[in-house]
Amino acid sequence: MTGKNISLSFVIGLIFAFGLSISGMTQPQKVIGFLDLFGSWDPSLMFVMIGAIAVHASYFYLVKPRFSKPIWAAIYQLPTKKDITTPLLLGSALFGVGWGLGGYCPGPGITSLANLSQEPLYFVLSMLVGMALYRKVEGQWSLLK
Amino acid sequence: MNPDFLNALIGGILIGFATVLMMHFNGRVTGISGIINGVFKRVSQDWAWRIAFVSGLFVGGLFMKYWFPHYFLNTIQSSPRTIILAGLLVGFGTIMGSGCTSGHGVCGISRFSKRSMVATIIFIGTGVMTVALKNYFLN
Repeated sequence: MTGKNISLSFVIGLIFAFGLSISGMTQPQKVIGFLDLFGSWDPSLMFVMIGAIAVHASYFYLVKPRFSKPIWAAIYQLPTKKDITTPLLLGSALFGVGWGLGGYCPGPGITSLANLSQEPLYFVLSMLVGMALYRKVEGQWSLLK
Repeated sequence: MNPDFLNALIGGILIGFATVLMMHFNGRVTGISGIINGVFKRVSQDWAWRIAFVSGLFVGGLFMKYWFPHYFLNTIQSSPRTIILAGLLVGFGTIMGSGCTSGHGVCGISRFSKRSMVATIIFIGTGVMTVALKNYFLN
């Protein structure tokens, strides 16, 4: 990645933050309302995924095939794993529990730091610890094998 | 159309646009949990673009907070204990599960990735269960 990629990454972060804020994802009560399927369900966040997927999928299938490589990189780096594995299932399950408990996921957590309040700060710091914990566990596990 | 639905759709379209830029120019998927984790992984040499992206997420938030503070209105007063537990689970779970709402939910599903579709159904599922259980015990 060169200076161009790095600068663009910053701009992409800006746009992503605008999107997260406008969509309601930075308001935990809207996230929890969306997950409150059996209570007072607020379906609005459904449209976030619909909007985002509509744009990304359109690009992926209609535009991307015409390009052999990214504009400012040598190759596309897409995820390669294909199997449904236990870590995928268990990790996703745990993530969902955390998401339902706090109403934050990683992106909104970082963007909400801009609110300069306690909750997002505690969330992000704990999230970083959680990530480090898994890296440690994963490391030990592969040493054992 | 309901204003909340419209805001959500517009926000989603912006998010989609951001992920398209990342793919088209940088050749990468915008999985925020992975982008953050990559800063700390020992093998990672490409921390600069990751830090730039995360900085953009934060600075973008500052702009939005300044112009439209209502987007950060939080009516839920979770205890610090709950938030810390939530953060630990989200951090641990997203790395174990190789992604979150942006990586799996947006980018993965758009590519019809089986892994991502399964992951998304599961994290939404346990999210729904968690909120339901929380309400049950509080009432």
